[in-house]
Amino acid sequence: MQVQESFYIALDVIRTHKMRSFLTLLGVIIGVTAIIGMQSLIEGFQKDMQEQMEQLGSNVFQVQRDPVMMGGGRHRDQEKKRKNITLDESDAISQYCTSVEQVGPEAWHFGITVKYKDKKTSPVMVLAGGQSAFFPNNGYFVEQGRAITDTDDQYNRNVAVIGMDIVDELFPFQNPLGEEINVDGRHYEVIGVIEKQGGRFGDSNDNRVVIPLNTFLKYYGNRERSLNITVSVKDPAMMEAAQEQVIGVLRAVRKVPPGEPNDFEIWTSDSLMERFNNMTRAVRIGAIVIVSFSLLVAGIGIMNILLVSIRERTREIGVRMAIGAKRRDILFQFLMEAVLLSEIGGIIGILAGVGIGQLVALISPVPAAIPVWTIVIGFFFCSLVGVIFGVYPAAKASRMDPIESLRYE
Amino acid sequence: MLIELKNIVKDYQLGMDTVHALRGVDLKIQKNEYVAIMGPSGSGKSTLMNLLGCLDTPSSGIYRLNGSNVSEMDDDHLAEIRNREIGFVFQNFNLLPRASSAHNVELPLIYNGTPAAKRKELAEKALKKVGLGDRMHHRPNELSGGQRQRVAVARALINNPSIILADEPTGNLDTRTGDEIMDLFEELHESGNTIILVTHEEYIAEHSDRIIRLRDGKIERDEAK
Repeated sequence: MQVQESFYIALDVIRTHKMRSFLTLLGVIIGVTAIIGMQSLIEGFQKDMQEQMEQLGSNVFQVQRDPVMMGGGRHRDQEKKRKNITLDESDAISQYCTSVEQVGPEAWHFGITVKYKDKKTSPVMVLAGGQSAFFPNNGYFVEQGRAITDTDDQYNRNVAVIGMDIVDELFPFQNPLGEEINVDGRHYEVIGVIEKQGGRFGDSNDNRVVIPLNTFLKYYGNRERSLNITVSVKDPAMMEAAQEQVIGVLRAVRKVPPGEPNDFEIWTSDSLMERFNNMTRAVRIGAIVIVSFSLLVAGIGIMNILLVSIRERTREIGVRMAIGAKRRDILFQFLMEAVLLSEIGGIIGILAGVGIGQLVALISPVPAAIPVWTIVIGFFFCSLVGVIFGVYPAAKASRMDPIESLRYE
Repeated sequence: MLIELKNIVKDYQLGMDTVHALRGVDLKIQKNEYVAIMGPSGSGKSTLMNLLGCLDTPSSGIYRLNGSNVSEMDDDHLAEIRNREIGFVFQNFNLLPRASSAHNVELPLIYNGTPAAKRKELAEKALKKVGLGDRMHHRPNELSGGQRQRVAVARALINNPSIILADEPTGNLDTRTGDEIMDLFEELHESGNTIILVTHEEYIAEHSDRIIRLRDGKIERDEAK
């Protein structure tokens, strides 16, 4: 039989039973909507994360005591007992690692309030202690005034370079340079302003107050504080070699016995991205598993409605057989109905999923990106569900006895 | 010879029992005959009709239709034979309720791959032949019983079959409309078609030229007028 005829029959059946078809489709629609919506958000989130991580240049890596993402599991206790990373270790890196360009030890203190005269900021600012390498290694560009110098650090000067959020809150109509701000009761002279960085997910990168590392350590203690070290490399091609050097030096200084794992972490924007991708991959796979179940349920729904439809149209099947329909014609007709049902559901689901992705992007800071492959795969799986769950009822219809079917009331 | 049945036996398994629906039927029907098959219920006339219509195959015996042995064909082959050689007319019309007259009539052509334009042309011709040229796009529920049966006859005619096989074609019609349908069969017969009519109404059978009476799975009488 001609494909066209099966198509029109199927379309006609779906049109005639709008409500029933819609309810059957609902399963497919929900499943596909969920997967498309979810994928588009994950994809958007990931893209954004990538942009953000690229701020740490491709020639920079970071050393810190604790894992970037807590892995859990068997190393956890050991990880908790790790020794702090100290200024001496940072000095050792700059002294012995030949591939390294700039070494920037830094320390962070979150949730501070910055005051200026009778004004004060919201308590969400971040205080960082750093040396001159802090700015290039973190991708901060000082657009007004100057950055912190080694001399500032050496003499524990009370100077600060501030981000645009602080400028906006404390100095909306005034040049901040030379003014004196107050953090935790200590005064700092503003010597520079960092260019606007922008932020992601409601988290600003413009809320920084950077002071000399030594000043920071003097006020906020250096005993129990572990430093982070950003390390830039002369040539991006030497990233791995430089990391090896740093690992060697740190293991020696920290006296890690041979055969033991490192008691510190090294990450680059690439490695972080990779870990992030691994993490979202798990979420994606989880989503796909859940959606597979919902498509399974949807498929059973399609099968059910098809069996009902076949029963209702027993006589029609008999007539078609009597006038010359072969068994495969009948099979194809009902298979077409199943596939068309699930594909209509798939199309609606894809549109709804894209819509939801856009909607979430609109009302939240998470951007949306619709990967074409999910649409293709989503559609493909819908057709597959149609075929898989259509085969049994269609085969059943095609095996009916024409005499019995013609007699069916 | 159009139809030749030799010692046809048909047994059914009904639970534990075997029903002997046909117990050795021999029958020959020539081209352009007008035959009525009669018999009380349980006589085997439905079974015989199903066999003649190639909806079923005999348990034993030989059925030759137009020279080819139908009794040993597989399902696909039988479907082709039904499509090409047989036009069914049923008591309850058996039209597709959601399809127009034209679509119902062209249905057999769809299953033998006739192109759409040709189908349309032939369907129109067949509907005109049964006097429904002006009802092409009506659905069955917009037609009277007699008109529906005419659509069914047009569908039976469209492939120029060797046999028109009518099973109680007037059973669901009032006497006047029934007579109209019988007149239509008369016309078809005169224009060269072979007609086999299954009925239990004596006055309907009277329209035919030859009456075959079945009883208990055998031909009891076979008389030409």
